[in-house]
Amino acid sequence: MAEVLFSRPKSLLDIPMHYCPGCHHGIIHRLVAEVLDELNVRERTIGIAPVGCSVLAYEYFNCDMMEAAHGRAPAVATGVKRVLPESVVFTYQGDGDLAAIGCAEIIHAAVRGEKITTIFVNNAIYGMTGGQMAPTSLESQVTTTSPYGRKLSESGMPIRMSEMISTIDGAAYITRVAVNNPANMAKAKSSIKTAFQLQMSGAGFSMVEVLSTCPTNWGMTPLEAVKWLEQNMIPYYPLGVFKTPEGVAKV
Amino acid sequence: MAEKILMKGNEAIGEAAIVAGCRHYFGYPITPQTELTEYMARRMPQVNGVFLQAESEIAAINMVYGAAGAGARAMTSSSSPGISLKQEGISYIAGAELPCVIVNIQRGGPGLGSIQPAQSDYFQATKGGGHGDYHCIVLAPNSVQELVDVTVESFDLADRYRNPVLILGDGALGQMMEPVEFRASVATVVEKPWAAVGMKNRNQPNIINSLHLKADEQEQHNHKLQARYAAITASETRCEELYTDDAELTLVAYGITSRIARTAVEKARGEGMKVGLFRPISLWPFPSDQLFSTASRTKAFLTIEMSAGQMIEDVKLAIRCSKPVYFYGRYGGMIPSPREIYHEIVKIFDGKGGR
Repeated sequence: MAEVLFSRPKSLLDIPMHYCPGCHHGIIHRLVAEVLDELNVRERTIGIAPVGCSVLAYEYFNCDMMEAAHGRAPAVATGVKRVLPESVVFTYQGDGDLAAIGCAEIIHAAVRGEKITTIFVNNAIYGMTGGQMAPTSLESQVTTTSPYGRKLSESGMPIRMSEMISTIDGAAYITRVAVNNPANMAKAKSSIKTAFQLQMSGAGFSMVEVLSTCPTNWGMTPLEAVKWLEQNMIPYYPLGVFKTPEGVAKV
Repeated sequence: MAEKILMKGNEAIGEAAIVAGCRHYFGYPITPQTELTEYMARRMPQVNGVFLQAESEIAAINMVYGAAGAGARAMTSSSSPGISLKQEGISYIAGAELPCVIVNIQRGGPGLGSIQPAQSDYFQATKGGGHGDYHCIVLAPNSVQELVDVTVESFDLADRYRNPVLILGDGALGQMMEPVEFRASVATVVEKPWAAVGMKNRNQPNIINSLHLKADEQEQHNHKLQARYAAITASETRCEELYTDDAELTLVAYGITSRIARTAVEKARGEGMKVGLFRPISLWPFPSDQLFSTASRTKAFLTIEMSAGQMIEDVKLAIRCSKPVYFYGRYGGMIPSPREIYHEIVKIFDGKGGR
């Protein structure tokens, strides 16, 4: 008798995704869906989709979803969670959404210790609009709006959101992961699971920053993009746990 | 019969919302509506409700979006500059077909403006305000009692049409105290099978959304919204008429201005001038048919506004420019006096009125 060893998570719908070849959104969606399955919370989960490449996330997750205005997902999530405190609420946001236009919303959701989980996908560029500079774009990185490379004298240093948010008291769990290889994927999934568990235990705000590739707008093959992430992004955006509540290891 | 209590307009709105079953309020302080925010901060915990002071007007309206999408009766309030910030969220709420109540206690503008009463957000309130083809239902009470009645009704209207309702007041109405009565009321419970509350035993996820990437789908969505606006226009226009049966000159004014105009109308009537008053209560949908029917009886209209002239455009459209429309306005936070309006009436009867 054949045994099923690997199948689509129930929390992910069987719909072709629009993401470009080599983009990591598909992997990250799957990890979130696997966690929702394993925690058995799909039927009480409400996800909030952002504006940006993952704007259609609500078409892929098999749970109730809302689409938020650019950057406002943490405020929308706050409204949902205050109405339905027993529900599981997550936002899924890119770097333009979370670190630029939505910077106030994410900071204050953390300040309030809002019991939501944010999946923050950082690929150091604006993908959906065609490769413009993001607050997270690296020094000298060429984008369509930094054609001579990001100049620190004009645009400042790339923003490290996890480091910044980890200084906020209401933030319970802040971690940065990557999905560039199977070992890191396993760590990323473990972090996402911890983040949701801490939300459910009422610990406070939790965020998992996932470093991600954008081969299309970086102008690379998928393999070159993974290499670029490892050689350029990880040194500036170090992986690791920046904030845990006491006793998080036992959760 | 409930007893009458003396209440400030802003606070009366808050209590009325609670009577209507609103248990989720998200706001941000701004003069001259802050007493409403403060009232909710005091009262919501007493009724097991949620009060949350957001980090901005933008966050507050998006919290309303989330709460309304999750099926709750939710409200926010602000004053003119704050409402400008909320417009992005209001457009999204209209696009996503979410019911909620938004209060604008207007002050002088543009920009930071003054903190005194004004009616200069009329265009913004009635013509969309945010981007896209949409309308809020806009109601403009003229007393603290009517603020109460309209607020209670707004939550029902919002749920019935799955559309945002805007209560348009002004600094005077928000700040003044009058005796009010809260009639015994049971909050209407509305089934919201579309709400995103977790799938539970549902087979399909509920999605709250305003994105339609394909133009034909977006057009279909707009068709649906326009059909709803037509239904609202057919059923929900409200107005009040005084002495319009034999009026040679009909004043048109709403909100606090209508009460000042009424004093002028009574004085003119006392002196034998046949003057009437038409008061739109719903500013969108505008009571065009009712106003048009008065046009066959009157010789001219005089629109009074605390703005440089905004509602006057709807008045001219409603009467199809069939009669002269005179205008008198004060703005920037200035309130017209009954005497000023009376003089405008006399000028028109003397053939010296300005259009």
